[in-house]
Amino acid sequence: MRKKKFDYTGVFSSVFAIIIGLLVGFVILLFCNVQQAAPGFFTILTGAFTHGAKGVGQVFYYSTTIILTGLSVGFAFKTGLFNIGASGQFIVGGFGAVYVGVMCENLGGVHWLVALLAGVALGALWGLVPGLLKAFFNVNEVISAIMMNYIGMYAVNWFVKSYKPIFNNLRNESKPVLNTANIPKMGLDKLFPDSSINGGFIIAVLAVLLIYIVLDKTTFGYELKAVGYNRDASRYAGINEKKSIVLSMMIAGAISGLSGACLYLAGTGKHIEIVDTIADEGFTGISVALLGLCHPIGILFAGIFIAYLTAGGFYLQLFEFSTEIIDIIVAIIIYFSAFALIVKLLIQKLEKSREAKKQENGGPPPEAEGNGKGGKQA
Amino acid sequence: MSVIYFIFQQTMFFAIPLLIVALGGMFSERSGVVNIALEGIMTMGAFTSILFLNLTGGVMSGQGQLLIAIVIAMITGVVFSLFHAYAAINMKADQTISGTALNMFAPAFAIFVARIIQGVQQIQFSNTFRIESVPVLGSIPVIGDLLFQNTYITTYIGIAILIVSTIVLYRTRFGLRLRACGEHPQAADAAGVNVYRMQYAGVIISGALAGLGGLVFVVPTSTNFNATVSGYGFLALAVLIFGQWKPVRIMWASLFFGLTKAIASAYSGIPFLNNFGIPSYLYKMIPYIATLIVLIFTSKNSQAPRASGVPYDKGAR
Repeated sequence: MRKKKFDYTGVFSSVFAIIIGLLVGFVILLFCNVQQAAPGFFTILTGAFTHGAKGVGQVFYYSTTIILTGLSVGFAFKTGLFNIGASGQFIVGGFGAVYVGVMCENLGGVHWLVALLAGVALGALWGLVPGLLKAFFNVNEVISAIMMNYIGMYAVNWFVKSYKPIFNNLRNESKPVLNTANIPKMGLDKLFPDSSINGGFIIAVLAVLLIYIVLDKTTFGYELKAVGYNRDASRYAGINEKKSIVLSMMIAGAISGLSGACLYLAGTGKHIEIVDTIADEGFTGISVALLGLCHPIGILFAGIFIAYLTAGGFYLQLFEFSTEIIDIIVAIIIYFSAFALIVKLLIQKLEKSREAKKQENGGPPPEAEGNGKGGKQA
Repeated sequence: MSVIYFIFQQTMFFAIPLLIVALGGMFSERSGVVNIALEGIMTMGAFTSILFLNLTGGVMSGQGQLLIAIVIAMITGVVFSLFHAYAAINMKADQTISGTALNMFAPAFAIFVARIIQGVQQIQFSNTFRIESVPVLGSIPVIGDLLFQNTYITTYIGIAILIVSTIVLYRTRFGLRLRACGEHPQAADAAGVNVYRMQYAGVIISGALAGLGGLVFVVPTSTNFNATVSGYGFLALAVLIFGQWKPVRIMWASLFFGLTKAIASAYSGIPFLNNFGIPSYLYKMIPYIATLIVLIFTSKNSQAPRASGVPYDKGAR
């Protein structure tokens, strides 16, 4: 009972934040250019549909990577860790996928799967380091993950640049992967013709479901969450808390690595560019996770929503607004989604007055049920 | 000898902004508010002050212009950090979330406004602030070469901030109260300290210093501002933890980081290092790898402020 109520407030506060974020975005557009503001704002809201089914397919395609990085951050959050290192895990995972995708020629039908798994493995390795440091040396995972972001970015640039077979000298980026390494379309190209969507989206949805089941329906997930709530109490309860922390970070890293692999194996002409900046996808993942309240299903919708806004934002250039307005709107949404407290209080007030009314009308008293969470351990 | 002077001067360019921003973060965390928004505040501070340098470029120059820019950067930082303070202190929001929001907002806002004002997102400025040699002091042997040649006024401001911060934190009533709020706000409240006001003070100081740090970072190392401070806000966060939330240790941490950064950016001009033939990427990675290794040895006895990151609730037991 109690848990259901909480979810309800969470969703409500997200919607509240989205509305405020969009309103502020509209006001900013008004400030910049009064005449163009209304059509511009309309474009943000509906631009993604400009090309019908193709547009929708593009939204799903964009959402694939940020759903996965969001899932990575959200999963770590649920287990009490802040995975700011999704960017590093993402690019390292992408490198693993590209390496296998370019180099391994004789794998045939399973080539893309092997490449994908290489990405997952390298991502997990990049998550493993902060996990080990946190579990055994008490190193703050935020700092070590930031360090791993930079180390990963420089290492990938270094290897791609110095290893001739995968380096495209002319364009200063990695070579395209072989055709067999591209993730199959899995029939999605029939649903959304001409769009860049591919099986990566299905993989992302499967990952979301898997993490949901692991976190909410298994003893293993329960242990991970317990360690997040209270490390000492968990150890007392017989949970190997060091192992849990390491595994949490590893899984989070693996998901981010999968995200990188999905991007570079999408067959859409994405290559690892040799630039000394941290991948944006990891930080977008933080936004997605927060907007989705760190719940896997919420993250799925949040990822699609942000991809939807971003797709609409592309068309904003027609009205001479720069696309950064989308980032501003998302930032404001995240900011206000932190204000869950006001919304919670508002809802509590509403519910109290509703219950009071019910009792006046002779309705049944509110159910008195224990904490729903305690029963899960069994 | 000249190589050592060169490395030292380069080190200062990288270390001073880290020092200033990490000290800012220290005030915030010591009052009990985690400020992960340092990166965003730096970006905003750099944005407004560099925009000022750009707009007044033909009219003003030299140290006077830089000093006004410094004030602008600090005011911007304060205003921007108030959003974080309001969310964290009044709304008891998750401090990571509001900090992330600010980090995301700043570069987008900087690009958006820069495009509206001047069409492109890069803001150029002409650097007229380098001090070739400080009069009198610059001609002292050794020390003059190390500290008073090829430098910026911001270096001395950074050192002054370090000294003032140390005194304020450990030798004043305000500092004691601030630290109390970060360790045990309920106890501080019972002793008559206004916890909310103290936390606001902490965040505002961090905003001012982070805003300043943004400007200090951009001026010596570039001639334009491209809506980014290259992750220096996050590095400052690392320096802060590395320095165990203590001013003097933060100084050593930022010097260490600055030195490794300086070597990474200037090794090709140093014959001794260039002869090794180590790939440049390895030099770029060294600061981060070294930090990880040092953290392994220092983190066992972490001395983080106990109440840092926990929204203060008067009624909590």
